Amino acid sequence: MPANRFNGHTDYGIGIGLRIPHYAHILERKPVVDWFEIISENYMIDGGRPLAILDRILERYRVVQHGVSMYFGSAEKLNRQHLRKLKALVKRTKTPWLTDHLCWGSVDGSYSHDLLPMPYTFEAAQVTARKIREARDFLEVPIAVENVSSYAEFHVSQMTEWEFLNEVVERADCGILLDVNNIYVSSRNHDFDPFEYVNSVPADRVAQIHIAGHSKFQKYILDTHDHPVIDPVWKLYHHAIRRFGPTATLLEWDDRIPSFDEVRAEAIKAAKYRPAAAELMV
Amino acid sequence: MKLLDLQRRMAADLMAPLTGADDRLQGKIKAEYIRPNDRLTARERLQIYSRSYWCRVIDAMYEDFPGLRAVAGQRAFDKLVRAYLADCPSQSFTLRDLGSRLEPWLRKNPRFAGKKFDLSIDMIRLEWAHIEAWDGAEEKILGPEDLLELGPGLRVGVQPYIRLLALNYPVDDLRIRVNTGEHETASNAVTKPKARRAISGRSLQPKPIRLAVHRVDFSIYYRRLSPDEFRLLELLREGRTVGKALMACCKTSTIPVDELQPMIEAWFSNWSELGWLCHPPKKARS
Repeated sequence: MPANRFNGHTDYGIGIGLRIPHYAHILERKPVVDWFEIISENYMIDGGRPLAILDRILERYRVVQHGVSMYFGSAEKLNRQHLRKLKALVKRTKTPWLTDHLCWGSVDGSYSHDLLPMPYTFEAAQVTARKIREARDFLEVPIAVENVSSYAEFHVSQMTEWEFLNEVVERADCGILLDVNNIYVSSRNHDFDPFEYVNSVPADRVAQIHIAGHSKFQKYILDTHDHPVIDPVWKLYHHAIRRFGPTATLLEWDDRIPSFDEVRAEAIKAAKYRPAAAELMV
Repeated sequence: MKLLDLQRRMAADLMAPLTGADDRLQGKIKAEYIRPNDRLTARERLQIYSRSYWCRVIDAMYEDFPGLRAVAGQRAFDKLVRAYLADCPSQSFTLRDLGSRLEPWLRKNPRFAGKKFDLSIDMIRLEWAHIEAWDGAEEKILGPEDLLELGPGLRVGVQPYIRLLALNYPVDDLRIRVNTGEHETASNAVTKPKARRAISGRSLQPKPIRLAVHRVDFSIYYRRLSPDEFRLLELLREGRTVGKALMACCKTSTIPVDELQPMIEAWFSNWSELGWLCHPPKKARS
């Protein structure tokens, strides 16, 4: 839903991921952008250029934090040092909501720096939901979890991915960052209907949507964020917007990053699928 | 299989070193906990993650240690990095810390540096200092007006982001030649192999240097220091009062005091201009 308790009752429009190659353009040209999404970990540092840039961005733009290493789905406990650094950044950015992935990535203190797929079990849902609640209570900001793209499924799974997502968010009482590109990628890798996935998501919990490009290989699709969004993903996005309303939407472009204007032009394409024309970035 | 068991198993499998020229999973890894589909076996599905993991961590090391790569040469560097990562997987939520254990690891495994051990250690120390100076904390700078009040009983701090290194080789010159720019950042995309720029190394002759790795306008700079200037900065950073630091510096210096005095004044002036001096940490103040 456009504004709900999981995105701080905000009505953000179309945003762009803040990336290093675009720093100079943004600071010099000051383009109109509804909001920027930052990767939290890139700014969870003590000083230096990244924080100085961020402070200048914050003077002019709205920023939402997106994390890649909270690993709610890891069986181990949350990393307190990580949480403290994250909270300091939350205070700095005043992000109205915070997102990270429904995945795991570390075990026994070793980090993979990847978004590894969950086994869709009730035990995993319970562990994950408990950690999301703990993080939210500590950080004092609404949390939304993002579905990841995946390339493997587990024999132990007891439900579908979307049933698992619903199980976790209900138990944690948290929001959803619905990545429609990830749904598409996983649907191709695991042979399910992506529309069934979108239809099963509780609309009142959707805080934000991600769109991105991917790479196609002979036997699978890889979520590389290095291409424009393809038509089937736009169709899925359109379907999602019809279900959830004009939800805050973010284009991710992380590799082979083109000029800011090209990224912005790709993001703006989302506007034609959204009924509320007033929010367009023009 | 319980969640923790599954994750331990999969992590061990995907972080196990790859084999062969085309980076394949080790033959013993069956990944039977993964469900195959009509296009990919369980092993092939795991291999997608395993290759992504190794690409990600190796790329991070390439970006953080281009100087070491120049010293070691491409093949030896690749071998060293893979062995290091197998022994010391990341223990931090950020890839920025990936190389934090490289120096102690190489000291325990000197064979990976061969005859270039000392040179490699110096380059690692410089490149790690580079990373720390890049995003280290900055305290409020002491301005000229603060320095006017400087008396022998007062303490001053040295900016936390500054790294002071005593090195046996002039590795700063080589590192400047192979500078690759800004530190890579986290993203949530799958990592693919990146094209790596070839860097030509050269044999450096030993020559002790003392170096400050610092930053100006958020760019990293190296500044060579005389032994006395280096010592004085170290003493101030340790929390000595200005008076005691100066006395200790004069005591060990080979330069006569009357010649040293104008040099010290010039150092303080330069440090002030560069914003190197700050209020001392609370612990030192008390």
